[in-house]
Amino acid sequence: MKPSLVNTAEPATYAQIWTFRTPRARLALWVGWLALVALFVYCWQVMNAETMWVFVADAPTQAADIGSRMWPPSLSYLPELMKPLWDTLNIATLGTLGGVIMAVPVAFLAARNTTPSVALIRPLALWVIVASRSINSLIWALLLVAIIGPGLLAGVVAIALRSIGFVGKLLYEAIEETDIRQVEAVSATGASAMQRLNYAIVPQILPAFWGITMFRWDINIRESTILGLVGAGGIGLKLQSSINVLAWPQVATILLLILGTVIVSEWISARVRHAIL
Amino acid sequence: MSLGTTYPTHWRRPPRMLRDRRWRLVVQGAALVYLVLAVGSLDIEWSRVVEGLARGQAFVEGFLQPDFTSRWGDIRQGLIESLTMTLTATVVGVLISVPIGIGGARNLVPAPVYAVCRTIIAVSRSLQEIIIAIFLVAMFGFGPLAGFMTLSFASIGFIAKLLAEDIEECDVHQIEAVRATGASWWQVLHYAIQPQVMPRLIGLSMYRLDINFRESAVIGIVGAGGIGATLNTAIDRYEYDSAGAILLIVIVIVMLSEYGSSYLRRFLQ
Amino acid sequence: MLELQQLSKTYATGDTALQDVSFMVPRGQVAGLIGPSGAGKSTLIRCINRLVDPSAGRILLGETDLAQVGRAELRRQRRRIGMIFQEYALVERLTVMENVLSGRLGYVPFWRSFTRRFPGHDIENAYRLLDRVGLLEKADKRADALSGGQRQRVGIARALAQEPALLLVDEPTASLDPKTSRQIMRLIIEICDERELPAIVNIHDVPLAQQFMHRIIGLREGAVVFDGAPAALDEAVLGDIYGAEDWTAMRREHEEDQAAEADATRRVAEVAR
Ligand SMILES: Nc1ncnc2c1ncn2[C@@H]1O[C@H](COP(=O)(O)OP(=O)(O)O)[C@@H](O)[C@H]1O
Ligand SMILES: [Mg+2]
Repeated sequence: MKPSLVNTAEPATYAQIWTFRTPRARLALWVGWLALVALFVYCWQVMNAETMWVFVADAPTQAADIGSRMWPPSLSYLPELMKPLWDTLNIATLGTLGGVIMAVPVAFLAARNTTPSVALIRPLALWVIVASRSINSLIWALLLVAIIGPGLLAGVVAIALRSIGFVGKLLYEAIEETDIRQVEAVSATGASAMQRLNYAIVPQILPAFWGITMFRWDINIRESTILGLVGAGGIGLKLQSSINVLAWPQVATILLLILGTVIVSEWISARVRHAIL
Repeated sequence: MSLGTTYPTHWRRPPRMLRDRRWRLVVQGAALVYLVLAVGSLDIEWSRVVEGLARGQAFVEGFLQPDFTSRWGDIRQGLIESLTMTLTATVVGVLISVPIGIGGARNLVPAPVYAVCRTIIAVSRSLQEIIIAIFLVAMFGFGPLAGFMTLSFASIGFIAKLLAEDIEECDVHQIEAVRATGASWWQVLHYAIQPQVMPRLIGLSMYRLDINFRESAVIGIVGAGGIGATLNTAIDRYEYDSAGAILLIVIVIVMLSEYGSSYLRRFLQ
Repeated sequence: MLELQQLSKTYATGDTALQDVSFMVPRGQVAGLIGPSGAGKSTLIRCINRLVDPSAGRILLGETDLAQVGRAELRRQRRRIGMIFQEYALVERLTVMENVLSGRLGYVPFWRSFTRRFPGHDIENAYRLLDRVGLLEKADKRADALSGGQRQRVGIARALAQEPALLLVDEPTASLDPKTSRQIMRLIIEICDERELPAIVNIHDVPLAQQFMHRIIGLREGAVVFDGAPAALDEAVLGDIYGAEDWTAMRREHEEDQAAEADATRRVAEVAR
């Protein structure tokens, strides 16, 4: 942001200074940046009021220590991880399934052109979407483990609850973008509201629907790998127990496996989405 | 298929994806088998679930009648930590992302620089916040500083990647036009690239601010400070009304920040 | 038979699109609605099947006043009114057959339409209509795989599948080339004659209207300014409908087009020889 440009070798009748913002706008901009810097410094001080700087100074040694303990990963631990990996896959897939099943009605209630009531039901559906989106799946899992006990079910439900918002938001936007002329043409034949959905709106949003679902499945694989940290099953459970006993080579193995799974799922999701569109 | 005056009275929609009937059966069968296996593997303990229903009801009630007062001190502390680490981490994350994003743009830098920057981006993106937080807490000790480090690191992968892609999509004609005037590399950056990507960078930063706040509510679970730690404590103690209050605060802040960032983006354009 | 009495429409934005429009279309008559863009042609047509709610007036189809009917009755009435659209308005991602069968939606219960199990005579009739518009082979193709002229034929088949008592046609040829336009227009007229269907056809193209319509209604700024036989449509009247200057320009454009087309035909013939 250095907008001023001094021009030196021009005939004297022209102004020698040219700026591409008015002085006022520039002033506002500088004040804005200054305020940001001041805010940053203030936040930094508040945040670190209780920081133990001795620990921080010690961090590099700690890092080197952990790093050296993690290498080499213990490959013999891999077979033991296959069952948790399978669980993780199931959490993600069943969670996506459940989330999508709940998200579809919410999306139709939230879309301006399909909601039964713009004044009453639409805000409610939008609130459900925002609430689900604001709360991370790990927090949902934390809650569910406390409510229904540790295990895969808590993970599935957590993933499903978190997916409602994501799928619901993208889907209701797709519904609102459908071509109104096709909908009008179907209404003009005397179709009922449900038939209108079935014949005019659903065919238009179907590709978006599958794309969104695959996209969310990919994200859910990623998220379900860590749900075990709070007791909701899957490979995260092994991560937690390995960290607890400071078995760093096992931790390294698990992290590598998670990385591999995420890459593979991303690839599958991209391929499927490509095939649909 | 000319049929004279008689026409079929039966019609079935041709299948869209799998044309071959046998393949369709195989795929449907496989899906069914997977579903049965997967649901079977859940190993649900129904007695525990039924027992949980009462607690679930307590949570819903707590959510509907949140208690902001009895743990207000903790909530306040957690919120302050969350908000400060969100802001500082976003600022630092953006500052580091800009050079890495530029370095990750194929059309601006030599191949070795590109490779290094893209590797940093890949590492940052592939590790989840919570896992980074576990390590950083182990290194830096409990508290918001570890959270700040986590969020900064995670922001780098996010912003630098999207920024690099944005730069690569920049209008080449504008870059060439500026280059043709004999501009140096820095001048190309300033006159051709910056005007094109600046609005998007601001949008990305706002978006990341929002994500960082949401994540700050999570990483507290592993000891990295913030509202997540408060929430974790509340849930551990089965104080659902306080937990409900915290979640409501998170939702409202996320809503406000989404609303505010869309407003700011419109204002800046 | 369709009768409009003092039909008026003012949109929520304050635009008055129709003012006291009254006329009658008897059985078997094809009435062409002409007028400049924005005259209210589409609004008039869409008021009749209530895609737009009229502000005042009566719309009598047989004994029923369409302007007054409630929701359930409107659905039943819409089944009797076929509509053909300018940009075809097919559901692009459904098959041709599903598009034609969607003309039967008002007649079948939801579950039948959902499972695509329409009654045998509906399917038979859909095949017959597809054969009539020359698209029997395309029944299982997706609508977005067809050309513009073919899509409009599917649109016609869909409207006819309703077994309508009235046909509403909104600029059926505006997105088509001149040759296809004439084919489509001829098809519509033939079908109306076969079934003695009354129809209202919006057209932008005056020569096309003069060639095919039984009767012409001229609309200007939402009011009827001409109603009579195509032959009675002279320069003075057209100047009145379109505004003198615009009409001169339109005519010149049309003559140039015709000259160019004739020229092209002559050259092709020469090359062929
Ligand atoms: N949905 C609408 N909302 C507000 N005004 C409209 C709408 N549709 C049409 N109009 C207005 O009504 C008038 C007639 O439009 P229209 O019936 O589309 O004319 P035509 O089909 O003859 O071109 C125009 O002035 C147009 O701006
Ligand atoms: Mg029109």
